[in-house]
Amino acid sequence: MHELAITQSVVEAITERLGDARVTAVRLEVGQLAGVVSDSLRFCFDVAAQGTTVEGARLEIDEPPGRGRCRDCGAERAFHDLILLCDCGSADIEILAGRELRIRSVEVA
Amino acid sequence: MCATCGCGESEVRITDPGHGHGHGHNGDGHGHEHGGGHTVSMEVDVLAKNDGLAGTNRAWLAERGITAVNLMSSPGSGKTTLLERTVRGLSDDFPVSVVEGDQETLLDAERIRATGCRAIQINTGAGCHLDADMLAGALRALDPEPGGIVFVENVGNLVCPALFDLGETARVVVMSVTEGADKPLKYPHMFATADLVLLNKVDLLPYVDFDVERFTNDARLIRPDVAILPVSATLGAGLVDWYGWLRALSRARGLAQPRPRPVRG
Repeated sequence: MHELAITQSVVEAITERLGDARVTAVRLEVGQLAGVVSDSLRFCFDVAAQGTTVEGARLEIDEPPGRGRCRDCGAERAFHDLILLCDCGSADIEILAGRELRIRSVEVA
Repeated sequence: MCATCGCGESEVRITDPGHGHGHGHNGDGHGHEHGGGHTVSMEVDVLAKNDGLAGTNRAWLAERGITAVNLMSSPGSGKTTLLERTVRGLSDDFPVSVVEGDQETLLDAERIRATGCRAIQINTGAGCHLDADMLAGALRALDPEPGGIVFVENVGNLVCPALFDLGETARVVVMSVTEGADKPLKYPHMFATADLVLLNKVDLLPYVDFDVERFTNDARLIRPDVAILPVSATLGAGLVDWYGWLRALSRARGLAQPRPRPVRG
């Protein structure tokens, strides 16, 4: 359940940046290969936000798909999990996208 | 939680079993800047703080020529037994010390100390993994000798520790043959960050249904070319190769580069 630690980091980063401004929404980007479960983030977010300026804020999560390029044949394609296998049979894939774990923006009252 | 800004106040405890109790929270000043308007762009990597602290750990270790090995696995794979043997096997070559991570108890640190090796216990409470801040506190308490090896036994968990860079020199995944050969595909994040896989309890292979070839292929599907060493921590098989790997790692210590968090790609 590392998602609890992740949401605590999210709340901490926001309150450090914004001080006592009341936050009404938080927008995260969580790539599909990031190793973080969005449903768990939602579950933990309310707990982590309790008693802070982020309490009650709406959580929006964008989940960009993974993209990778095969180092053997050069083909590029989408990946939805970390079992990265090219159609050519190679497992040597360079991940181009999908590991994002970022706070994009917040809305303040 | 901190009443001012909600930062998580640590329930983490760092204990030197020989020297009473310590406390692992690092007070960090947090300046507040007030934003206005309705939407405030952040563009902050959520793990940036951990990764920054990991970088500090990495530099701290490099200054002292210390090799830090992060051991990760399920509970019960044999990490502590492996360490009991390894600290005996290597203590003539290097100053060796150990950071133990568990949710509760000092049991593992006491086991390591019984071998004569220095050990610090981190208890994470509800936490399911070690992070860079915890290791920073433990390293300060441990004060390992320059030029040595520090083993960091992560919380037994094949999921969460994968995400957190500690500033270690190398990440080693310990898998035991009793866990089943399908684990690399089931827990790809863990295997995707491994510098070495130790396949432990190979003395039990005749009694369990574990396909070593399938395991090897699947692990390399997740992490191409990863070295896989079969060992038996209880009987000693394969440990010479493990020690050789550690000696080579320690020799290459000065050449180690910070590892970017998306280890693969």
